[in-house]
Amino acid sequence: MTTSTSEAPVHLPAPPAPPVRLAAEDLRLAYDDRVVVDGLDLALTDGSFTAIVGPNGCGKSTLLRALGRLLRPAAGRVLLDGRSIARTPTRDVARVLGLLPQTPVAPAGLTVADLVARGRHPHQSWLRQWSREDEAVVAEALTWTDMADLGDRPVDELSGGQRQRAWISMALAQETDLILLDEPTTYLDLSHQIDVLELVARLHTERGRTVVVVLHDLNLAARYAQRLVAMRDGALVASGTPHEVLTEQLLADVFDLEARVVPDPVAGTPMVVPVRRLHR
Amino acid sequence: MSLPSATRAPAATPGTPAAPTAAGARTARTRRRTLGLLALLVLVVAACAASIAVGTRPLGLGTVWDALTDRSLRTEEAVIVWDLRVPRTALGLLVGAALGVSGALMQGHTRNPLGDPGLLGVTAGASFAVVLAITLFGVGTPAGYVWFAFAGALAGTVAVFVLGSAGRGGATPVTLALAGSALTALLFALVRAMLVTDSDSLDAFRFWVVGALAGRGADVAWQVAPFIAAGLVLALLNAPALDLLGMGEDVARGLGQRVWLARVVGLAATTLLAGAATAACGPIAFVGLVVPHVVRAFTGPSHRWLVPCSGLLGAVLLLSADVLGRVVARPGELQVGIVLALVGSPFFVALVRRRRTTTL
Repeated sequence: MTTSTSEAPVHLPAPPAPPVRLAAEDLRLAYDDRVVVDGLDLALTDGSFTAIVGPNGCGKSTLLRALGRLLRPAAGRVLLDGRSIARTPTRDVARVLGLLPQTPVAPAGLTVADLVARGRHPHQSWLRQWSREDEAVVAEALTWTDMADLGDRPVDELSGGQRQRAWISMALAQETDLILLDEPTTYLDLSHQIDVLELVARLHTERGRTVVVVLHDLNLAARYAQRLVAMRDGALVASGTPHEVLTEQLLADVFDLEARVVPDPVAGTPMVVPVRRLHR
Repeated sequence: MSLPSATRAPAATPGTPAAPTAAGARTARTRRRTLGLLALLVLVVAACAASIAVGTRPLGLGTVWDALTDRSLRTEEAVIVWDLRVPRTALGLLVGAALGVSGALMQGHTRNPLGDPGLLGVTAGASFAVVLAITLFGVGTPAGYVWFAFAGALAGTVAVFVLGSAGRGGATPVTLALAGSALTALLFALVRAMLVTDSDSLDAFRFWVVGALAGRGADVAWQVAPFIAAGLVLALLNAPALDLLGMGEDVARGLGQRVWLARVVGLAATTLLAGAATAACGPIAFVGLVVPHVVRAFTGPSHRWLVPCSGLLGAVLLLSADVLGRVVARPGELQVGIVLALVGSPFFVALVRRRRTTTL
C-alpha cells in the first residue's frame, strides 16, 4: 500500500499517510554551552526522500548527527519508529538506520569488497559469524552499485566518485530502511555529483529506502529530493516540496541571497539563479 | 601509481556479476594470510629452539631434545636447559607476543602508524614506580620490581585516560596521545631527579631500563603470565571492533559498534600486555612499533589476522634479538633492548622508505 511507485492508479481514494519513521521533538543540540539547534521539530515519513539545506553553520550536519544517534541531544528527543533513539541499543539502531558521514576515510589497503562486507556487522554476532546470506548481500550490493569489478581494489586507490560509490554500497549492504548521508557530493566534480545523487535517488526509488541527505547545492537538492527542509541559525525555517520551499523570499530569508527562481529546463524543478548577496 | 585502464573500460562480460574475480582475489589473499601464519608458527618454533640451544655454552639440538623429553636427566646440560634457557625462552615468548599485540592495538586505536605502547604512559609509569621501589623501599631483584612496575604502568595508563577524557569530546586518539606525552615527560623528569641524587639506585635502575630477558627466573615468567594471557584474550575480542573503528568513530557507531566499550577493552588489553611486559623485562622499544607494520604486509588491514600474527612475530623478533645478543658479545651478552634498538632502527627506516607511509 505504501510503496511510492508512480504506477498506482490515480482514481483510488488517497492512501493512508505513510507512518513516521524518524522524528525530532523539541530538539536542542549543543556543543558544550554553544547551542547549535534549538526547539526543532521534524517528522520524516516512510519512503520519503528529504534534503536538508541551509547556509554554512546553520546546524544541518549537527541535526543529521543527532538523527543518526551520533550526538546526544541537550534537550528534546529523537524518535526512531516511535521509540527514543537514545535508549535504543546501538546495534538495534544500526539494523534500521545507516549513515554515511562526510568524506569517510577507509584504512589503507582495505579493499572495496571488505569495506562493503563491514556493512554486515550489525547483522552478525559472536554466534552468527559470516554467512552465505552475508556473502550474497555483499555481492548484490557491489553489483547494484556497479562496483563488482573493483571489489578487490583498495578503497584508497579509487577516484573520489568511485570511493563514494563504495561507501554507498556498504550502506546498501547494511540493509537498513533508513539511510542518512552527510554531503555525499563534497569534493566531487559536477558529473560525479550527478552520478552519486542518481545512485542515492535509486536507493530511494528502486530499493525503497527512506533517505535523508544534507546537501549544499540547492538546484541538485530540488531536482532529486521530494522534500526540502531549510534551516537557518539552528532553526527550521521551511519544509515542503521543492516548489513550496525554494522561493525567492526564502532565499533572501535563509541565504541572504537575491535570486530568481526559474523552472529547471530539464527536470521542471525550481532552479536558483543568483543575483547578488544581500547584506543585512 | 597510475590507475590501470581496465577499471575505466566496461566489464569484459557485461550482464554477469564479476563476483568470481572478487572471490578469486579473496581466495588468493586468504592463501597469503594462511601461508604467513604458518610461516610465523614455524619461525616461533625455530626461535624457541635457537633460544634454548644458543648461549655462552652452546648445546646441540639433540642434547636439547634429550633434556626436554627426559625430565629424569640430571646432566649439566639438562640443568642449563631447564633452569636457565627454558624460563628465559618462555619469558621471551610471552613478552614478545605481549609487545607485538599491544603495538597492533595501539596503532589500531590511535589510527597512528607510529603508535607504540609507550604512547599511553605505560613505560613512564613503570619506570617511575621501579625507581620508587629502588630508592624508597630498597627492592633489588627483578621479581621484586614486577609488582611495582605493573602498578606504575596501570596508574600511568589510567592517569593518561583520565587526562585525555577531560575535554568535551571525551577520550579521542589525539587527546590520549597528548596526555600520554605530557605525563611521560613529567614522570621521566621525576625519575631523573631521583636518580641524579642517588648513584646506587642509578646502578640498579640502569640495568632495568635497558630492557633484558637475562637474569629473570621462572618466577618472573609465572608472575606476568596470567596478565599477558588475559591481555591476549581481550585483544582478540577487541579485533573486530578495531576493524570498524578504523573507518572512524561515526562509521563504527553507525554500524552498531559501542565505541566506548571497544575503547575500554582495548585500553585494558594494552595496559595488561604492555604493563606486564615492561614489568618483567624493562622498557623494550621497537617491537610494538615495527611488528604490526611487517605483519600488515601480508594480512592487510584486518585486525582479526593482524592481532594474532603480530603476537607471533613479536615473539619471534624478541627471541631472535635475544639470541643475537648472546652471540655478538661473547663471552658477555648484549641486552635485548639494545640489540633491538640497533637492529630495529635501520630496519624501520628501510621499511618506511620501501613502502608508502601507511595511513591508518
